[in-house]
Amino acid sequence: MLFLAVFWVYPVLRSVMLGFADLNLRTGEANFVGLANFQASFASPLFWLALENTAEYTLVVVPIAMAFAVVLSVLIYRLASPWQTFFKSAYYLPGVTSVAVLALIWKWLFNPVIGLLNYLLTLVGVPAQQWLGSPYLALPSLMLMALVGGQGAGIVLLTAAMGSIPQELYDAARIDGAHGRAEFWHITLPLLRPTLLYLLIIATIGSLQLFGPVYLMTNGGPDHATTTIVYYIYDQAFQQFQFGYASAMALIFMVILVAISFAQYTALSGDVEY
Amino acid sequence: MRIVRLLTYVVLFAWAILTILPLYWMVVTAFKSQVAIQAIPPDWWPNPPTLLNFVVFFGQAPAWRWLFNSSFVAVLTTGLTVLFATMSGYAFAKRRFPGDKALFWTVMAILVVPYEVKLIPLFELSAHFGMIDTFSGLILPAVSAPFGIFLMKQFMMTLPNEIFDAARVDGANEWQVFRQVVAPLATPGMTVLTIFMFVDTWNAFLWPVIITRSLEMRTLPPGLSVLQLESYTDYGLQMAGALFTAIPTVLLFLALQRYFLRGITIGAVKG
Repeated sequence: MLFLAVFWVYPVLRSVMLGFADLNLRTGEANFVGLANFQASFASPLFWLALENTAEYTLVVVPIAMAFAVVLSVLIYRLASPWQTFFKSAYYLPGVTSVAVLALIWKWLFNPVIGLLNYLLTLVGVPAQQWLGSPYLALPSLMLMALVGGQGAGIVLLTAAMGSIPQELYDAARIDGAHGRAEFWHITLPLLRPTLLYLLIIATIGSLQLFGPVYLMTNGGPDHATTTIVYYIYDQAFQQFQFGYASAMALIFMVILVAISFAQYTALSGDVEY
Repeated sequence: MRIVRLLTYVVLFAWAILTILPLYWMVVTAFKSQVAIQAIPPDWWPNPPTLLNFVVFFGQAPAWRWLFNSSFVAVLTTGLTVLFATMSGYAFAKRRFPGDKALFWTVMAILVVPYEVKLIPLFELSAHFGMIDTFSGLILPAVSAPFGIFLMKQFMMTLPNEIFDAARVDGANEWQVFRQVVAPLATPGMTVLTIFMFVDTWNAFLWPVIITRSLEMRTLPPGLSVLQLESYTDYGLQMAGALFTAIPTVLLFLALQRYFLRGITIGAVKG
């Protein structure tokens, strides 16, 4: 047992060490600069812009994605089992491919001259758009990409959760004269709260950490319209080699992330027993 | 009622088409000629289909080397993670040892820390150990997976203690208990963890981009980003590469569908 313990304690402890090691970057081997890196972060307009872009992206993507997932789950859940599996698989499929694959595909779809998206738009009479090339549409383009094909895991979790709601509750409600809509608002939705909370936290964290599509499709542009916080941290650390500055921003970002997750948890958790 | 039912199918099918369309377009484009790709209106089917994009892809990029890198890294990372996670999951769920609670909460705390925070120290550490642009650099930092530990612990909790005690009464030592009792019983949990770890490592992008320098050490996803930089507008080539990268995980998904569709509910909260 001791042998086993040593075997896994070591990597875990190393991870902990690493989690805090960036402090040493500035206080240890590197020159001690106190809070200068943090001051630099807060003074940088790009840092604020990155936070703003990230917040905007998250505030749009997460609520819409959650709503879609709930609606699709409710629709799927009524179907016969083979159809359920079929739709779940179709929705899940994009999720097993790499972000690099999806980013390349969507960049091709978004091509302003020969891309499929503009072609489809012109079919219905909408003028062609610049998509990723436009400072106004670049971030919404990334939102669109996240929303299409991003619901698979949520739907699987939600339908599984719906399956575990006891049928008696619905029977009882029906005796009391409740119908479809009332059942949804008063039984299904409240009892799904733990699952929804879990999805909300996961989706929020995922959206706030948006990086791959930015790196592959826009490089943060045009005109920093898609510079997210993680992309900015990456850029500062591994392109500009400002490790201290980037570490400070990463720590600020971590505090924000933990605070948001914690706030969501305390606001929405509660005992649901059945 | 019939109208509602019809509408349900219409909505679900429409959404399914929307999610599959990008993948379909990747496949179609990969088999189109340069001229056909530029055509407006575009063909919905490659006519005639050509393998030229793949010929260019294998000629221009070290595709087989990337495939080997991806496979090697994904298999080793997954194997090591599942082994460690099963061991520690068992220990946390069934064994008492000094500091076990503190240690478990440490693991959980790491789970909350965003990956980006570890990125820079991890890179420094890798540089210190000379792991940049090596397989150990690609594999070792990816192995520490608190999520795996959490998942296996949750799974182990559902197994009855008596089985392990019985084995011990029969004179099995800890290693025998682990190999002959714990591992077989934990197989369903290990299977799910294996599948998800494999897909995750196969698709990993951020860390491989940072840790690899040379073209030969890239795995497929960061390889695609090189391809994209070099042949910015050659969409046929890009889609061929993307298809090559996507096929293994898509096949895995189609073959093991039920594990994917049920598996992710194991680690989730009751609801």
